[in-house]
Amino acid sequence: MTSTADAFARTREEGRAALVGYLPAGFPDVAGSIEAMRTMVDSGCDVIEVGLPYSDPVMDGPTIQAAAQRALEGGIRTRDVLRTVEAVAATGTPTVVMTYWNPVERYGVERFAADLAGAGGAGLITPDLTPDSGEEWIAAADSHDLDKIFLVAPSSTDERLRYTADACRGFVYATAVMGVTGARTSTSDLAGPLVARTRAVTDLPVGVGLGVSSGEQAAEVAAFADAVIVGSAFVRALLDAEDRSAGLKALAVLTEDLASGVRRG
Amino acid sequence: MSTTPTLDEPDVNGPDERGRFGDFGGRFMPEALMAALDELTAAWHEAMADEAFTAEFQRMLREYAGVPSLLYDATKLSERAGARILLKREDLNHTGAHKIRNVLGQALLTKRMGKTRMIAETGAGQHGVATATAAAYLGLDCTVYMGELDTERQALNVARMQLLGAEVIPVSSGSRTLKDAINEAIRDWVASVDRTAYCFGTAAGPHPFPAMVRDFCRGIGDEARAQCLELTGALPDSVVACVGGGSNAIGLFTAFLQDESVDVFGFEAGGDGVDTERHAATIWAGEVGVLHGARTYVLQDEDGQTVESHSISAGLDYPGVGPQHAHLAHIGRATYRPVTDTAAMDAMALLARTEGIIPAIESAHAVAGAMELARERPGSTILVNLSGRGDKDMGTAIEWFGLGQASSDGTPEPATEEQIAEGAK
Repeated sequence: MTSTADAFARTREEGRAALVGYLPAGFPDVAGSIEAMRTMVDSGCDVIEVGLPYSDPVMDGPTIQAAAQRALEGGIRTRDVLRTVEAVAATGTPTVVMTYWNPVERYGVERFAADLAGAGGAGLITPDLTPDSGEEWIAAADSHDLDKIFLVAPSSTDERLRYTADACRGFVYATAVMGVTGARTSTSDLAGPLVARTRAVTDLPVGVGLGVSSGEQAAEVAAFADAVIVGSAFVRALLDAEDRSAGLKALAVLTEDLASGVRRG
Repeated sequence: MSTTPTLDEPDVNGPDERGRFGDFGGRFMPEALMAALDELTAAWHEAMADEAFTAEFQRMLREYAGVPSLLYDATKLSERAGARILLKREDLNHTGAHKIRNVLGQALLTKRMGKTRMIAETGAGQHGVATATAAAYLGLDCTVYMGELDTERQALNVARMQLLGAEVIPVSSGSRTLKDAINEAIRDWVASVDRTAYCFGTAAGPHPFPAMVRDFCRGIGDEARAQCLELTGALPDSVVACVGGGSNAIGLFTAFLQDESVDVFGFEAGGDGVDTERHAATIWAGEVGVLHGARTYVLQDEDGQTVESHSISAGLDYPGVGPQHAHLAHIGRATYRPVTDTAAMDAMALLARTEGIIPAIESAHAVAGAMELARERPGSTILVNLSGRGDKDMGTAIEWFGLGQASSDGTPEPATEEQIAEGAK
């Protein structure tokens, strides 16, 4: 397993931000999502986020909702997500899972942590689990040497920022806007101050997600963050493509654009 | 109405300071909403300790909503049932259901917090109509999210909300029903939390909603308990309510939880039957999980994906349930049973024929449950929360009973108690 710490050590050495790319597993199908994530690795993503599709994704906008729904209609199972992690982590690029909480609880928290570690996964991003409710996950992650990536938001108080960052390992996920996932035409002016406030309470890398869709925006965010996290724009590239090979090509082009953006920031 | 949040008897009333009722409840929500939920919790605690707030709330209930509602001695139904059945007439409240209590409380709190907009989810449209009503009354902007499928099933309520000045947004994601409307309302709230309050429609969701909605609704039970003592000189032997998310039920139950002699029964939507996949009997058939911010019983598959629920009553058609109900079931203080669509519709007709009261189909589940209990406990006193009126359900009733056309065949007879009890199994 390659850890996110290794990836961040390397990007810091290179004097740039990391590019973190998200796709839901099972979209358009399991094999297709693996191929797509490998394309993202080949084209310059430093960390891959494998989304676990969930029936009630309250933090996701229409683009990721649509992809997750397609994956669920295609019959994606939690074990398929772990299989996806295994295939992507085999590239040597650190691979984390992003999931709403109930599927993990249903699978068994300890068992999920064990199987995620066994698949070579580096950790978990939990959009609807904060450290307040996270005792069981934190214990399981610690015993399996996994990253715990909790979210901070522009509305987080300084006290909660410190509390959340203290519970994180790997990096801190800063949600740049008050809103759901989805590409936006301009980056948020809330992101910079949030990163600065988070940096004040932790030495962990701070990644910024929600809204980035182009190399230009990636460069803007990379100027003040340790990682640029992109999701909906990748999903959109696949959704808009005429066929699978066109989708992969679009994905590669977008990844290269973003990867050059994080190097300009 | 309690004047302070009930932390005194945490085992039954709860929740603890983290919003937990035993192992249930809590707050599983995006960090972006944590500050807002903390702010809401603090504002609610302060408001409930402020006599000016509680007095204004009581004044609105009394002068605007028609509360306290009657406790009606349903003698003709009792004769049929073989037990004394008392009906708490929440159907007589303004907007036709208990929901007005919750929305007036939350709307007043919204004003107190200096917010100008309320959002809400709605299934059947009753909570949406109630929220739109409270928003109109208190001069707040209002947006209601409603599953696309429900906007089709409940077009009349869409029109009512619009007439009241609310914006109704159909939700086309997922199963296009109540749970998806909740998802969309949460998404709105994440993006608009500065000026917007989420007027949650039931005693579920993340802390503080289960406890706050309960406290705004608990007048149902407080009034009914006093009314029953005055009418009969004793407490009822059992109290009965329908349970979807569970706001009317917890509103009734709370006053009786410390009364050891009173048995507490919740009736869930059994749909086509709990041996089929088409029901909404969450406590009866669900398993513990996390949905919409709380740990509770959830209808879910092996992987923790929420399963679509089914009920003829849109207001009970929800795959989760309020966490305090989960806790009361778990500790055995309350008993939850399913009632099928058929049994509920039979009870709707029965109550209409015997007492001249057309209940909401939700509330008809409670009536069917009471008839079942009457058979098991002849001669006992059963207090039923008649949580809403049935006008909104006439479309369903027309279809179910074949009504609406004068014919020489006459209109269908309601089922016998035996048939009703049979259907409830």
